[in-house]
Amino acid sequence: MTDRPVWKSGITLAVIAGVCTALVALTWQLTAQRIEDNKKAWVERSLKPALAGLFFDSPVTESMLTIQQPHELPGSEAAIVYRIYAGDEPVAALFIVTARDGYAGPIRLLIGIAMDASVTGVRVLEHRETPGLGDRIETGKSDWVLQFDGHSLRDPLPDKWKIKADGGSYDQLTGASITPRAIIKAIKATLIYFESNRDTLFAAPADMADKSEGED
Amino acid sequence: MSSGVMHQLRNGLWRDNPGLVQLLGLCPLLAVTATFVNGLGLGLATLAVLMASNALVSATRRWIQPEIRVPIYVLIIASLVTCIELIFKAWFPDLDRSLGIFIPLIVTNCAIVARAEVFASRNPVGASILDGLAMGLGFALLLMAIGAFREIIGLGTLFARMDMLFGGEPIQGLVLAEQGWLLMVLPPGAFFSLALAIAAKNVIDRRRLESKSKISRRARKLNR
Repeated sequence: MTDRPVWKSGITLAVIAGVCTALVALTWQLTAQRIEDNKKAWVERSLKPALAGLFFDSPVTESMLTIQQPHELPGSEAAIVYRIYAGDEPVAALFIVTARDGYAGPIRLLIGIAMDASVTGVRVLEHRETPGLGDRIETGKSDWVLQFDGHSLRDPLPDKWKIKADGGSYDQLTGASITPRAIIKAIKATLIYFESNRDTLFAAPADMADKSEGED
Repeated sequence: MSSGVMHQLRNGLWRDNPGLVQLLGLCPLLAVTATFVNGLGLGLATLAVLMASNALVSATRRWIQPEIRVPIYVLIIASLVTCIELIFKAWFPDLDRSLGIFIPLIVTNCAIVARAEVFASRNPVGASILDGLAMGLGFALLLMAIGAFREIIGLGTLFARMDMLFGGEPIQGLVLAEQGWLLMVLPPGAFFSLALAIAAKNVIDRRRLESKSKISRRARKLNR
């Protein structure tokens, strides 16, 4: 009995592997559509707050553009831009960028910028900042991130894009100054990028293939 | 038979609780229990995987040669976890985002492979499913208890964001205090809470043992 042929074990293993694969394939079949819908709904849902008040009628997700490295935007990976239209008129651009100098790792930011180069809204998509201190950059926890709405590089001037402790014009967060510095720096860089690339941004064709594969 | 059922349930929930006694699956236990809803979600997912993997391992135990049993367990558990992950992504997308990597990491929860090896590979399907239920419940209840404890002390809330499981508008939960003791939500709080839970179990067990031995001593005296 100890010398059971190897091929027998092999067949058992293969059969069970086949059954398991079938199980996963079946589950995937049943869930794929829902997962895809969820992803789209989530992107739409999380992008909209950064467009506060603007009228637009284009589906947000259909205008995605990936800007590969090297680029002048914050972050060392590819940045994502959604271009928002009302009819054929461009009204705003939504950037997804990464502030790399957060207190505890990178901070993924969603930054909305209107055509006049003013901020329409900033939201934090992902971060690992300290709960209770740095995590007040989330809208659910405090209004800190709303103070940028309507501001541009003319109001306040570029060298005032700092926290008040550093001589700038923005509020800090008590107990956390690295986090706000990182975010303000990222917004400023994004505004500079937008002002100098506005026309090429809206002229570029959208990514056609795998637009929802960006995650993971 | 029913005393066997009770015995198995008691084993999983208390005497051999995978988290409190066997100290298995500590990584997800410590990592996700910052809030009650996270504990509940991961507890339910682990429970489902544990029952299904016990059932499959037990059903195929006659054909599994001992020398290839471990790869087969890995295969079965990994496929089940993948299915659970897809189901979470499809029906509980918010909870899936909140639990993040810990859903796929159920694969590495040694409690599951331990139950496959120790119990399911030697017992009939019914008993194995029951074992999965008992052990899974024991683990889930511990996750929920620690989650509730850390949420109350660390954040001052309870049952916040239950909508991630049951749908609907975001729920604030019970707000018990304006602010909590942050440390409890951070990783050290997880270790403190688990230590307190284990200590509490040991104290209760010792009390019980003492009162039992007192009773039996008294009974012996009376007999004499």
